[in-house]
Amino acid sequence: MTQWETVIGLETHAQLNTRSKIFSAAATAFGAEPNSQACAVDIALPGVLPVLNRGAVERAIRFGLAVGGNIASRSVFARKNYFYPDLPKGYQISQYEAPVISGGSLAVAVGEREITVRLTRAHLEEDAGKSLHEDFHGKSGIDLNRAGTPLLEIVTEPDLRSAQEAVAYAKALHALVRWIDICDGNMQEGSFRCDANVSVRPAGSAALGTRCEIKNLNSFRFMERAIEFEARRQIEVLEDGGRIVQETRLYDAQKDETRPMRSKEEAHDYRYFPDPDLLPLAISEEWIERVRGEMPELPGAMRERFTRQYSAAPAEAAALTATRETARYFEAAVGAVGDPAAARVCANWIAGELAARLNRENLDIGAAPVSPEQLAGLVRRIADGTISGKIAKEVFDALWNGEAADADACIEAKGLRQISDSGAIGRFVDEVIAADPESVAEFRAGRQKALNALVGRVMKVSGGKANPQQVAELLRARLAG
Amino acid sequence: MPLTREQVARIADLARIEILPAEAETLQGELNRIFTLIERMRAVDASAFVPMAHALDVSQPLREDAPAEPDRRAEFLALAPETEAGLYLVPRVIE
Repeated sequence: MTQWETVIGLETHAQLNTRSKIFSAAATAFGAEPNSQACAVDIALPGVLPVLNRGAVERAIRFGLAVGGNIASRSVFARKNYFYPDLPKGYQISQYEAPVISGGSLAVAVGEREITVRLTRAHLEEDAGKSLHEDFHGKSGIDLNRAGTPLLEIVTEPDLRSAQEAVAYAKALHALVRWIDICDGNMQEGSFRCDANVSVRPAGSAALGTRCEIKNLNSFRFMERAIEFEARRQIEVLEDGGRIVQETRLYDAQKDETRPMRSKEEAHDYRYFPDPDLLPLAISEEWIERVRGEMPELPGAMRERFTRQYSAAPAEAAALTATRETARYFEAAVGAVGDPAAARVCANWIAGELAARLNRENLDIGAAPVSPEQLAGLVRRIADGTISGKIAKEVFDALWNGEAADADACIEAKGLRQISDSGAIGRFVDEVIAADPESVAEFRAGRQKALNALVGRVMKVSGGKANPQQVAELLRARLAG
Repeated sequence: MPLTREQVARIADLARIEILPAEAETLQGELNRIFTLIERMRAVDASAFVPMAHALDVSQPLREDAPAEPDRRAEFLALAPETEAGLYLVPRVIE
């Protein structure tokens, strides 16, 4: 039986987070009343002329620098001609032969592996409006607020070999555009949309198979399922002796399948030509250098630094650099502890308790009720043995709920200071040994697990305040006799 | 390479321009004269020149990123044949 290989290339439309549109001064805010942010340029009234938004170009430059692409000193806007009611001009202003960014690449972690995904290009274009298909007496409603919103279309080479790799790339790209603050990444609102070009070929073959383009992948989960379905479909067609027809397909999440979208292939004859309304875009070296000077440290470089500076494990470094806000939080906390050796403890708390609580309450780290400084105060008291890890969770809860201004106040107010006095702990230990002869006998018979049970009981008796290491030591000493 | 009548019909269809058979013939002739001119220009050695994207040899002025358009929805909607709930209504489009 033939072994098949899936080949995927992704095209991503990232809405650039400018305040105004790419070719007009209408606002881009999401969720406004229909057509209230569609000016004469956006609705294509006769006689209007587009004027390019500097902010959109600057965001393209940021992207080019982040992926190591070539930033064209001269690029050209072209008209992509097709007819659809949400495209009022009858063409979309895009870039064709001379895009603003070409080349570059993105390093992507897929499980334990790292792959390098080459980028073909990234070009500036305008978004279309929205067609609302619910029934208006047999008609469709058109909202042109989105028309003219700046997009950066980011195109990869066919370098991805599985749905998992495609999703890992899309997630890495999503994190990057937010990191460099060019796109808000809100997938529900359509700020970050992916199309996948999928083909299959016999493993080992160098030639590419005929591809289908899947549109409408508005979540990472759907992307994975759609690509998997599409690859299976193509393999079945080929194994049955059929051939793949190049077409655009739509993913239907409800049925978990892809189906053909446009029947008329002529719709793809876009007749691109340079837009006579727009002059070539010139980007000077000085401009690029100024933007370079304003770029934040990129996630890849930061991951490497965290590994070096704080001896973070690769997975830990990846979690801490998932977003710029997380990285900022981490560095603020480590800085406030004032001891780089405590970095791992900070990292554990951020990736563990804090991440879990944020996730449960659906909050961004920027809105965390526990500040980096408060977390640092907590970590300091764990490090100096004032409280145990278990009690620390209680303190964390109190900080989260706003019951105390800082860890020290909470420890004092609730009397949570760890008991490290061996006399006091010894009394708890004796009490438990007397009360639980069974566990004592089991431990003496060589079962290590019984010790854990005894430690647990001592901790309980002490109200969680005994130093667990001391408890274990004292138990061993007492029971060894 | 002269355009066929079918190609003329296809271009008209793509541009959503309705043409009568007689017009198609005239257009075919006119378009082919333009193509002949293009062929003649192609024969000239222009390898030393960078193609221009615009007749003016200047670059695009840029606008600062600041919203500055008032909401003129009522005026614009009034231009359309049919509207409802702030939307422009068009013949049903289904994909």
